[in-house]
Amino acid sequence: MSVPLSLTVNGKAVSVSVDPRTLLVQLIRENLQLTGTHVGCDTAQCGACTVHLNGRAVKACSMLAVQAQGAEVTTIEGLAQNGTMHPMQEAFRECHGLQCGFCTPGMVMSSVQLLKDNPKATEAEIREGLDGNICRCTGYQNIVKAIQFCQSGAKPATV
Amino acid sequence: MSDMSSPIGQSIKRREDARFLTGAGQYTDDVVMHGQTFGVFLRSPHAHARIKSIDLSAAKAAPGVVQIFTGADLAEAKVGGLPCGWLIHSKDGTPMKEPAHPVIAQGKVRHVGDQVALVVAETVAQAKDACELIVVDYEELPAVIDITRADGHASAVHDDVPGNVCYDWGHGSKDAVDAAFKGAAKVSTLDIVNNRLIPNAMEPRAVNASYTRHDDSYTLYVANQNPHVERLLMCAFVLGLPESKVRVIAPDVGGGFGSKIFLYPEDVALVWASKRVGRPIKWTAERSESFLTDAHGRDHVTKVELAMDAKGMFLALRVKTIANMGAYLSTFASSVPTILYATLLAGQYKTPAIYAEVKAVFTNTAPVDAYRGAGRPEATYVVERIVEQAARDLQMDPAAIRRQNFITEFPYATPVGLTYDTGNYAAHLDKAMAMAEVGGFAARKAASAAKGKKRGLGYSCYIEACGLAPSNIAGALGARAGLFEAGEVRVHPTGTVTVFTGSHSHGQGHETTFAQVVAAKLGIPVENVEIVHGDTGRVPFGMGTYGSRSLSVGGTAIVKAVDKVIAKGKKIAAHLLEAADTDIEFENGVFKVAGTDKSVPFGSVSLTAYVPHNYPLDKLEPGLNENAFYDPTNFTYPAGTYICEVEVDPETGKVVIEQFVAVDDFGNIVNPMIVEGQVQGGIAQGLGQAMMEGCSYDPESGQLLTGSYMDYAMPRASDIPNLKISNVVTPCTHNPLGVKGCGEAGAIGSPPAYINALTDALGVKDIAMPATVERVWRAANNAA
Repeated sequence: MSVPLSLTVNGKAVSVSVDPRTLLVQLIRENLQLTGTHVGCDTAQCGACTVHLNGRAVKACSMLAVQAQGAEVTTIEGLAQNGTMHPMQEAFRECHGLQCGFCTPGMVMSSVQLLKDNPKATEAEIREGLDGNICRCTGYQNIVKAIQFCQSGAKPATV
Repeated sequence: MSDMSSPIGQSIKRREDARFLTGAGQYTDDVVMHGQTFGVFLRSPHAHARIKSIDLSAAKAAPGVVQIFTGADLAEAKVGGLPCGWLIHSKDGTPMKEPAHPVIAQGKVRHVGDQVALVVAETVAQAKDACELIVVDYEELPAVIDITRADGHASAVHDDVPGNVCYDWGHGSKDAVDAAFKGAAKVSTLDIVNNRLIPNAMEPRAVNASYTRHDDSYTLYVANQNPHVERLLMCAFVLGLPESKVRVIAPDVGGGFGSKIFLYPEDVALVWASKRVGRPIKWTAERSESFLTDAHGRDHVTKVELAMDAKGMFLALRVKTIANMGAYLSTFASSVPTILYATLLAGQYKTPAIYAEVKAVFTNTAPVDAYRGAGRPEATYVVERIVEQAARDLQMDPAAIRRQNFITEFPYATPVGLTYDTGNYAAHLDKAMAMAEVGGFAARKAASAAKGKKRGLGYSCYIEACGLAPSNIAGALGARAGLFEAGEVRVHPTGTVTVFTGSHSHGQGHETTFAQVVAAKLGIPVENVEIVHGDTGRVPFGMGTYGSRSLSVGGTAIVKAVDKVIAKGKKIAAHLLEAADTDIEFENGVFKVAGTDKSVPFGSVSLTAYVPHNYPLDKLEPGLNENAFYDPTNFTYPAGTYICEVEVDPETGKVVIEQFVAVDDFGNIVNPMIVEGQVQGGIAQGLGQAMMEGCSYDPESGQLLTGSYMDYAMPRASDIPNLKISNVVTPCTHNPLGVKGCGEAGAIGSPPAYINALTDALGVKDIAMPATVERVWRAANNAA
């Protein structure tokens, strides 16, 4: 049995039919081949699958695809506009906020939400705000720095 | 090394970031092949059981099932077991016990999560559904879990290894140590546990294997740190295939930390099955499977004794360790608590006599193997805990007792088999103490006490042996592989360069660092250098990335290949400039006739090499493409001083890291930004071990109690403080870049710094890692 599903992903209308048990992250990765969204755990802890659903950061492993009926979804592939990276993406590069890159898409999507909710977040609030995303490589220091860099509105160096 | 014209020493932003930040990275699970099928493993729910029967009939009839394989199928096809890459001999001269490590369980299961069957189906969901229909009749057996009770346990993990001892190894001079202890004025002792860890790279292991009848060959995508080693082990030891028929691709790999070095049973099972099925098979571990089946790390129980004279000069060190191998010998498991551990027990000190005994045991738990630091964190934890204890026993300043015992002259041959080439241990101790403002600690401690808090300061002066390794020495110590590295530098006609390296990046940023090295050597823009790694079909050979070896060994291979390019370029330039080869100099991307203004740029030479119209064809081949292999003459010895200061709230057990200072000596540094990132990440992993991470099995049933992120505590952003990081430089003396390696230092140096600070604050001799809030609260409230 499959269920028809229509939604908007990265600004494009998508109509598919899916097995009802399909998770949103499976729809994104497997049906739509948007493999920038990652799966790092099976208990909704790591946040590697974070996407924006109707403008809110959600863990795409924790909802069914059919729950996104009619929704607007933005994945990491949709964050850059006209080939220009989002300031948060630029900030991660500028501050070396990523190493292996696996947690990075989810980390960036969560960070965008974090500053949207609390543009003047303190360092402690940023660290609390990253609670739902695990990174094993960086020790978080440069991720925090990247979010603060983005917050400051500074422009990346050219090197 | 850091003049503005050279890219070496500059924090160039990483070129790989653009793809990772925009979702364009390609990890193994992202690869989908034509006709893709999916594999799911049925895994043992028991720690130890005999398989009496397996009934596949219902599963085979389930929707979407393509084929199901069990251990019997592999046995019938005569597929071998997985090899161990390092042979250790016991004290009595007998070789270690190497029981069979089947790809899929045969007759018995030996840990929860052991593979019992591979179901291949059209979708993952169908494969999982079919797994549920497999009926296995198990006869449960008593599980061996506690490593202190494994030796002589009535139950044998392997029927052919009664008593469960893999080896009982000794290293150093027992007689010298015994004699020194007899004459000692003071002996300090500690019983410590190095807690078992689960590596948890964020990308779970993944495999996508395919077979083509076109040329009877296999392609394996796999999340792996050393694709050529994976291919060699699989072809030569397990499947009996020629390497030419197997291409291993490790594309973007989401972290490794050692756990992706090894040849895992899933990799072999899928390659083998892909031919039987005739379609590509993909398996991606769920995180629960990673917890159950990734090779775990550490897991030592140790008694350590340090003999000193009345002034606190170290006379001898005696170490007795039990190390857990888990249920099977993983690829390099046997070398971790021996060669990579006991050889580091001198630390930074001129202790004249050292003896270590290590008993490795099998248990009904997941295999244990190298994890970030691999043996060296365990050694550092032993040395830096006992040295701190010695200072307390003698009521000496912990920095002073270290300083007076430091090795100060190099090269220095330790009593445990290594020769340190260079170092300046006082320099990083001094710098770290200044950065940590140690002089103000007493006042800060008093201020904490006034608030009812307990403050402590802890040191860790670590050393590690990296850049694995001189192959002949490793071979003499039991390695069954060479440990060189290979590189190819392919100059294109237009003067751009593609570098093929046998090292592998799974987060380290080789595509940037290696490009900086080559660009600096050739005097061309960094953008003109492309780094290719992780594909046996493109890279000539390689030994991969582990043991902080990429730049010191892999980078040196590339430098040697570049030197060959320059040497050949000089001959071409000599022809173009009508000069003798020996008169040509190469500098800043230009070949010149010495002492003249006659010159030709690199790009003209490369073009001439491929359009050889005006070319010495009678004595020189066209083209500009060079290979090199590099086998190091010694290990490298990164060292440093870490200082941790904590404040404990005795009412809650909460610990705040007030400061953490790290001063490392990695020799020369190519990209300071990347190196600092490695230190930050390493320290976070080390603090994770010290503060919160601990793998736990039920001691009776052998069930994994920490099998998800709900119960295995991973450090989160609010757990790790901002670190104060700096460095000093003594260049490595035996590689052309003068580099030592930086990947593991943080994980090696930080646990003892934290625990020394915490025990100092609490006034206790020991607190077990992970020092959870509960343990700290108990210690704070029993000690006072």
